[in-house]
Amino acid sequence: MTSSVPLAVSDLTVAWHRKPVIWDVDLEVEPGQLVGVVGPNGAGKSTLLKAIMDLVPKASGRVEVFGRPYKKSRARVGYVPQRESVDWDFPISVLDVVTMGLYGKIGWCMPVRHKHREIARHALERVGIAELANRQISQLSGGQQQRTFLARALVQDADLYLMDEPFAAVDAATEKAIVEILRDMRQAGKTTLVIHHDLHTVPEYFDSLVLLNMRVVASGPTNEVFTRENLERTYGGRLTLLDEATEAMRRRERIL
Amino acid sequence: MNVIENWSWHYDGWIVLAGILCAVSASLPGNFLLLRRMSLLGDAISHAILPGLAVAFLVTGSRSSLPMFLGAAIVGILTALFTEWIRNLGEVDEGASMGVVFTTLFAIGLVLIVQAADHVDLDPGCVLYGAIESMFVDTIVVAGNSVPRVVIVLGSVTIINLLFVVVFFKELKLSAFDPALSTSIGFSARLMHYLLMVIVAVTAVASFETVGNILVVAMFVVPPATAYLLTDRLGVMIFLSVVVAVASAVLGHLSAVNVPHVFGFQSTSTSGMMALCAGLLFFVASLVSPRAGVIVRIVRRQKLAQRILSEDLIALLYRMDERSPDCAVSVSELCSVLLCRRWLAAWLMDWHARTGHVVPSESGYRLTDAGRRLGAELVRSHRLWEQYLVLEGGVTVDRIHHQAEKLEHFTDRELRDRLDSVTAAPELDPHGSRIPSEHTD
Amino acid sequence: MTHLLLMLMAWLNASGMGSVSDAADLRFQISDFRIFERSVTIAESLTDRSIDWPDWSQWQRVLSLRDYNTRIVMLGTGLLGLAAGMVGSFTLLRRRALMGDALSHATLPGVGLAFLLAPKFGLDGKSLPVLLTGAALSGIAGVAAILYVRNLTRLKEDAALGIVLSVFFGAGIAILTIAQQGAGHVAGLESFIYGKTASMIADDARLIAGAGLASLIIVTLLFKELTLLCFDDTFAGSRGYPVLLLDLVLMTLVVAVTIIGLQAVGLVLMIALLVIPAAAARFWTHDLKRMTLISAGIGGAGGLVGSAMSAVFPNLPSGAMIVIVCSVLFFLSMFLGRSRGILVRVARRWELNRTVDHQHLLRGMYELLEIQEEPGVATGRNVPFSSLLSMRSWSSFRLRREISRCLRNGLLVRNDDQSLSLTDSGMVEASRLAHEHRLWELYLITHADVAPGRVDQAADAIEHVLEPELIVRLEGLLRQELATQGVVPSPHPLEQIAADATAKTATAVADHSLTSSQKDETP
Repeated sequence: MTSSVPLAVSDLTVAWHRKPVIWDVDLEVEPGQLVGVVGPNGAGKSTLLKAIMDLVPKASGRVEVFGRPYKKSRARVGYVPQRESVDWDFPISVLDVVTMGLYGKIGWCMPVRHKHREIARHALERVGIAELANRQISQLSGGQQQRTFLARALVQDADLYLMDEPFAAVDAATEKAIVEILRDMRQAGKTTLVIHHDLHTVPEYFDSLVLLNMRVVASGPTNEVFTRENLERTYGGRLTLLDEATEAMRRRERIL
Repeated sequence: MNVIENWSWHYDGWIVLAGILCAVSASLPGNFLLLRRMSLLGDAISHAILPGLAVAFLVTGSRSSLPMFLGAAIVGILTALFTEWIRNLGEVDEGASMGVVFTTLFAIGLVLIVQAADHVDLDPGCVLYGAIESMFVDTIVVAGNSVPRVVIVLGSVTIINLLFVVVFFKELKLSAFDPALSTSIGFSARLMHYLLMVIVAVTAVASFETVGNILVVAMFVVPPATAYLLTDRLGVMIFLSVVVAVASAVLGHLSAVNVPHVFGFQSTSTSGMMALCAGLLFFVASLVSPRAGVIVRIVRRQKLAQRILSEDLIALLYRMDERSPDCAVSVSELCSVLLCRRWLAAWLMDWHARTGHVVPSESGYRLTDAGRRLGAELVRSHRLWEQYLVLEGGVTVDRIHHQAEKLEHFTDRELRDRLDSVTAAPELDPHGSRIPSEHTD
Repeated sequence: MTHLLLMLMAWLNASGMGSVSDAADLRFQISDFRIFERSVTIAESLTDRSIDWPDWSQWQRVLSLRDYNTRIVMLGTGLLGLAAGMVGSFTLLRRRALMGDALSHATLPGVGLAFLLAPKFGLDGKSLPVLLTGAALSGIAGVAAILYVRNLTRLKEDAALGIVLSVFFGAGIAILTIAQQGAGHVAGLESFIYGKTASMIADDARLIAGAGLASLIIVTLLFKELTLLCFDDTFAGSRGYPVLLLDLVLMTLVVAVTIIGLQAVGLVLMIALLVIPAAAARFWTHDLKRMTLISAGIGGAGGLVGSAMSAVFPNLPSGAMIVIVCSVLFFLSMFLGRSRGILVRVARRWELNRTVDHQHLLRGMYELLEIQEEPGVATGRNVPFSSLLSMRSWSSFRLRREISRCLRNGLLVRNDDQSLSLTDSGMVEASRLAHEHRLWELYLITHADVAPGRVDQAADAIEHVLEPELIVRLEGLLRQELATQGVVPSPHPLEQIAADATAKTATAVADHSLTSSQKDETP
């Protein structure tokens, strides 16, 4: 029995050598939302995604994707991992990487046909790097790599997307482009869960927010949840003017 | 030449063919071993299959191929299983777990073999002439010709490996590149891993039986590594690895037969020479590969440095020209500002003279109009960058020069136009010097 | 049939195949597609297949070390295992466990060249020092080649090792084949290289002892530098240590131990001794010094026991036995090792799960009872099983198991209508657990920046982890919360849970929205 709730997590605890990494996490995501997950480093954000996808063992708790266990709903979930998880020296082109998203549909042993490549090219156009289709992946900049991954997720045509820090260390133009695409996806009814690190852009990008620091500190619509108090409870201490200024400087520097 | 004299197609030809088949059959799966960072697996498996062969021999009491291959395949999977198991459960480093597994399996195989030696009727002083003789002793008649069994076996394995790589091309590619995605899409990375292990084990045993393990271990690694240095596309890499494998086999046998004669010896082990030739081909590729060869990179770096210096010379001349128009500057003066080597500067200025950027005179070089245009472009790039860095980047005035100096060499017309529009088409740079306008012809 | 068997044995590039209780010497020579020459020693009685259990006198002979030959072999292999174990710990931690594999193969061309070229310099091509020098030089060339491939091309470490291993070995075979073309007796050459464990002589043992001692000295002197190198070479570089040089020292040690061992015990055995004892030692400790010692111990023990067994039982090649003994020790360590062994980890995980279940059950009962009374107060009233089951997403099986445990320990009591009640001691325990859990949660909220590192769900008591002053402060905060709102600051609003428990929803997910709970929490 499937339901329209893309993701329901209850009581999730993941431990590493006895120490809890995420603890008693309850989470429910509404369909068609662009949800941000923020929290300090080491708060368990990546672990949360991996636990949802059964990539790490759970100490307790349950995860339901569209009303069923993850394994059964696998085809409806698209994952965009962190960039470091892959060997960028591999001898393949950008188009090859994007086409990989279609392998599931192509099936075992069947070759990749022209029409599949066309779909991949179309996705590359959407993310704005159509001209890089034949470039080898080691020659890409960080932003281009991220767009490649995004294109790969797009061709999977999933209903729920889980993205691990897609905006990490990308240039401002790429960031803008990615946000556009995410908004298009939301328009099309897709649900996206994005791990994000830059507090200043949170109100602009996300409808809903999950503040995670080992437990869910707060979650809900951004304008309700994104308060100074909640942030302090998530990050600890007081956010000072200096932090804000530092953030601003870093963003400016990124333009260069 | 010796080659032709001693060459006998009936003899040497078959040897070369066997070598080629062994090399190609090994390098095909070897590509994926390389990409998955498992290059030592070929060596490991060729040791580890020993117990499989021993058991097959003990159980069936015969040396026929099928039980051998079966034994090898089973042990191939077991090797992979045990290695994975030790690595995951025990959290042991990958290389170490492979080391533990294959040495232990080998030792067990040795014990079994020695037990089995009891069956053998041995004459202690006996000397056996091996593979090659048996290669020709053991023939099968195909289409009226007697073909050594070795060739048939290796040929079949080559065809199987070729089919494997072609049919499972995208699955192999995906599971090597991104195993997590592979599993999540439904192509179990683990299954592909075990399939690959079986192929490697079968190839190893086919070759061991016929041409020895030295050759096959080398061919698992060296031709794919050579191909990796030569290309960025997986399909091309596989093709090139086959080419290199064939070349190594041919060159190997030729040199095994001929090279020792140069030193007064008789011909030597063909397998050894094939492996050595593969290594030499690798070495050459590492030096001169257009993509990443060591020599190529050094040369490219030098050329870039030269280009930058030649542009710096013109830019400097332009600035001096701005201050005192139509001045003549000697090479020594240029050198003292740019702190470069005199002979290099002299040679580059000479080149500029030949290309019409400058004109030599008694007291030095003068800019021509063409030279001025070039200088203007460079200086314009530089000053636009300075403007941009100050306005948009908040970089302080004393540091912009450094950065602009680097950036100016990589700025083409299009980029300059964009800088221009972003900084609102300035006339003066932050230091107050005039920014040359773009030359319109 | 014989052909294949002989080919098998000939193909093996390892040795130490001799069983100590053996006699005949058999050599193979294979030309053209030469595989290689081996020196193989096999059992005297070729037709005797039964297992000959040794009688006590044979055991005694070996164990009392009365037999000179056995003594030498045991001593030699024991020392070799010691040295290899020591050096192997560092290569393991440096993630280069198979470097010994590559370097042992790389020594072959040097041996052949030494043999061929020595007469030109007026040296005896078959003397051990000459051959060993050749092997060493070749080994160093191998090291250089590995560094070249790794640093100057885009190939990775494993590819570098594989290339050097196979190319050098192939070259070696080619050279050796040429060497054999000379006057006879060159098979003796290879028996030097490929070893005849069983025929080890006193000189060999002395050589091994010397090399072992030298390695020990170097390792002791450079211990902290090598530790730093293995742990974090970038940091070592930043502190000014010549990382490349230290790497070379380590690799030279490997080459040295390898070539000494090669000529005594053979190729594959050497690799095993460099890898297996170190990997086994890893399971026992986190401390590098201790690990090195344990690794040396395991290597030495493997050598002693393996060669002893080979001496006692007929038909067991000594080299193989040593490897098998080391391997057995490895698997024992993997399972039983105190710090990283499997059993220990499994046991810890079970314990954690049990603790978690225990806490959930008692806390859950407490919270359910709280709803029915006032916050912070609960009495031992009845709680139906179904309410407990729907409280958390746990399986009926786990819940029942924990309930039985608590029943056994006298914390719970089952009533006639199958509902459960807390006993007095159960109530004490439950309220303590609930109280602590709330303190932990408060701690996470108020000290969000430092808390994640200190939270320990399996801790018996919060006072074992946090400082007393901190606990007092948290207690104060907790009392405040309880007093001001009348609602416990818990992520699961209790009214909701009670409502669910009676409603019997189909999905077992606690259906509460987090926004409403958040509203409850803000003062």
